[in-house]
Amino acid sequence: MLSAELMDILREVTDPEIPRVSIVDLGMVEGASVKGEHITVSLIPTFVGCPAQMLIQEKVQEHLLAAFPTHAISVRLSLEVPWSTDRITDTGRQALKQSGIAPPGADLNDVACPFCNRHDTLLQNLFASTSCRSLYYCRACQNPFEAFKPL
Amino acid sequence: MARTERRSIQEIKDVPDLRVATQAVLFQLADDDMVIGFRDQEWLGLAPHIEEDVAFGSIAQEEIGHAAHYYELLSQLDLGSRDDLASLRPAEERRNSVLLERPNGLGTYLESPHFDWAFTIMRHYFHDVWEMRCLGALTQSAAIELGLAADKILAEKRYHRAHQELWIKTMLDRGDEQSQERVKKALADTNEWAADLPDFGGQECLFEETRIVPGASTLSTSFWQEIDAFTGALGLPRPSGTVTRLNGRRGQHTPALQEALEVWSEVYRLEPGAQW
Repeated sequence: MLSAELMDILREVTDPEIPRVSIVDLGMVEGASVKGEHITVSLIPTFVGCPAQMLIQEKVQEHLLAAFPTHAISVRLSLEVPWSTDRITDTGRQALKQSGIAPPGADLNDVACPFCNRHDTLLQNLFASTSCRSLYYCRACQNPFEAFKPL
Repeated sequence: MARTERRSIQEIKDVPDLRVATQAVLFQLADDDMVIGFRDQEWLGLAPHIEEDVAFGSIAQEEIGHAAHYYELLSQLDLGSRDDLASLRPAEERRNSVLLERPNGLGTYLESPHFDWAFTIMRHYFHDVWEMRCLGALTQSAAIELGLAADKILAEKRYHRAHQELWIKTMLDRGDEQSQERVKKALADTNEWAADLPDFGGQECLFEETRIVPGASTLSTSFWQEIDAFTGALGLPRPSGTVTRLNGRRGQHTPALQEALEVWSEVYRLEPGAQW
């Protein structure tokens, strides 16, 4: 079935700044449909100023074009629904952790270290290497790490 | 207009008063974020410590990203491409607050940058509070796209404001006499230029009547209440009324804006429309 195939293709596309997590698991795909020869995909940005969003849009376009060369493909990027961290799937949360990024929680001051799982961590800066992450230090295993900002 | 009646930018385009109001508020938001994002990025390599260098670069990127979104909405009103709007408009067409164009301190980022971190943070805090006040009102805007942008950007701005608040508290509580004096001076310097920040250049009535910015005429008061409550709780002198200076919301600016524009649009002006 084509729409299942479509989701499989979208699952191959990842955020260039978090290469292990697919855009589907990040919750960036708001809609994907096939009508006749037309494929429409609607993406929503995690953070409005994220510079990766245009790259992601292009990558989706390329992947779909390679898989469905005879279809007309439209990939939209909009704020029709505000993205939030609740949209990240369990698979996405696991993949974030495996990338050394603590998945988003409810409390900024209670974040488990992605390396040793202990909660003896310290928020060092709300802002870090990308819009979506904050900087922490684990007092237990003495590793610095980043955590996904709850939004 | 009934509260529930909401229209898309495509529909607003052909309704003169809605169009004027939408355009005016978007230019203020866009130009504010663009110029503060520029001032933020001038700190790259100069911030107080390496983690803050990364953090402040991230804030700069978000400000410019928010500006890009507002300019994109303006381009949907057929006002030109978002890149042209950001880089090619002359200073007198800009509607940013004069406070946000003030330099970060003495010198330039290339030559003898004796920048003022306390002023940078305090000024940014004022900007964050004002933008959040505007966005809070815009969540109920009659313009659908303004409401969507406000919902999204408001959630992100909370982190900006929290970041500046933490810095101000840290400089007061963990610093010494010198850092405390610098925070006080930063508040006085910010206050001196802040008159046009919570201002809509005389268009409050239009903003309210069209419900493009519901409650526009109350935002300045609620802005100052929030500033007073925060600074008061820290034992800082209450900003005691502001000095009337140039009003950026009416296109009046200091030479600092022109100097900034020359730097940020230098490459773009070499070959407008070039593909990177």
